[in-house]
Amino acid sequence: MSAFIPEFFLKFIHGIGAFVLGLVRGMVVETGRIVIFFTESLRLIFAKPSRFSEIIRHMEFIGNQSVLIICLTAFFTGLALSIQIYLGFKMFNAVNMVGPVVALGITRELGPVLTGLIVAARAGGAMAARLGTMRVNEQIDALDVMGVNTKQYLISPRLVAAVICMPLLVAVFDFVAMMGTWLLCVKLVQLDEAIFWQKIADLIEVKHINEGLFKGAVFGIYFAVMCTYRGFNTTGGAKGVGDATNQGVVQSMVGIIILDYFATNLIRIFYSIMGIS
Amino acid sequence: MKNDVAISIKDLKKSFDGGKEFILKGIDLEIPKGSLTAIIGFSGTGKSVMLKHLLGLFKPTAGNINILGTDISKLGEDELTKFRCNFGVLFQSAALFDDMTVLENVCFPLLEHRRDLKMDQVLSRAEEKLQQVGLDPKHFHKLPSQISGGMQKRTGLARALALDPEILIYDEPTTGLDPILTEMVDNLILSTHKLREGTTSIMVSHDLAAAFRIADHIAMLDSGRVLLFGTPEDFFNTDIELVKRFVNKGMKHQ
Repeated sequence: MSAFIPEFFLKFIHGIGAFVLGLVRGMVVETGRIVIFFTESLRLIFAKPSRFSEIIRHMEFIGNQSVLIICLTAFFTGLALSIQIYLGFKMFNAVNMVGPVVALGITRELGPVLTGLIVAARAGGAMAARLGTMRVNEQIDALDVMGVNTKQYLISPRLVAAVICMPLLVAVFDFVAMMGTWLLCVKLVQLDEAIFWQKIADLIEVKHINEGLFKGAVFGIYFAVMCTYRGFNTTGGAKGVGDATNQGVVQSMVGIIILDYFATNLIRIFYSIMGIS
Repeated sequence: MKNDVAISIKDLKKSFDGGKEFILKGIDLEIPKGSLTAIIGFSGTGKSVMLKHLLGLFKPTAGNINILGTDISKLGEDELTKFRCNFGVLFQSAALFDDMTVLENVCFPLLEHRRDLKMDQVLSRAEEKLQQVGLDPKHFHKLPSQISGGMQKRTGLARALALDPEILIYDEPTTGLDPILTEMVDNLILSTHKLREGTTSIMVSHDLAAAFRIADHIAMLDSGRVLLFGTPEDFFNTDIELVKRFVNKGMKHQ
């Protein structure tokens, strides 16, 4: 059979096979390293000495310093989404449903996803750059030789801070985005305010808000792990720091979008198991 | 291990590619307690790799490293972290934490490991160490980026001394410094060593003149092995051609 297949074609197929195998092997190895990095950092959250002050410091950076940018994004997201839905619903005489539809979209999807993307870019990028610089300037080696567990000191507090701050930021996003929606629907296009709030109260349940908050926490862990992993393992000077920051942010942002789909399905499965309609 | 030996390295081998190529090809070395030992050699001979083994940052592929009676190649990560309190390291770049002031940098190891001390005791200890290395108190509250390279080295040394370690390691302390600063750092190393009787000091250096001037023992590495270990006199009287060439060229260059 092989006598009928030219040798260069066989080599070509072999080359593609080797490339794909190498790629898959590389991905498996890298995923394994990230999982080990994550589980070890998770274990060290509870190790002595306590890093409470570090957690607070990182919460101030990830949470407090992100509030303004989150508010700004949320307000205009609420306005833009409302106006599009309003224009669409007007064709069906369903403008009273603009409020609850926007609220559903914001609390379940846009709130956690946009918050995740913004905080991953802002705080995640800064985490990767900071740790990368510490690595190339030998500051992490200095911590190591001082007898400080570097993962416990540098990584675990950032993970805890991200997982606490993200749901809070998602809540802020939801609230401010709904203010934008209210402004557009009630003040600009003059919908009835009582109906606007009543429809939202009728259709929005606590579980919808919880779904967004849960996703926020998941995205928080994800971007914190990716960005700290890239920064912590930086090699090769200033270029290495740039590459680590770039990889950390890009992988976090793409990952958040992908993770959102799986988290949504997971929550649906959880609700159906728990009998929550 | 003999009582008068601080560090004993036996047949240390290291490969980063699963044994295809060895960076360290069987290092045997015994560094006496209380000595100031310089480790010299051409670039790429394995000095930094050996140093990272001493600090437990690399695991040996083969062989063992006994430091102060403990075989560190057998220690787990948590035990190794605790064991590293026996070391004080002055890095080539000083490696100061750039978001902390000079004083906070020196306080850091004390806050980490001497939780029995009150804050004012930590501060007075840190100030004492900074004065010991000759840093003017007016610089104590400055960030590392606001002080000169020489002052950064002094701060790095004060931080290394903070926990009163038994072993002090200087990783290429004068590389990239001008001749005046180089002499200042050399004198600082010598005075610190004399002041701290019983402390074992190890200096990895390209600066041969300094190595011969301040060290009482010298180890020369070549191709992942110790070519010669002895006193400075041993190096001047050796018959090993490569050592003679290295010493002559190095001394001329200085």
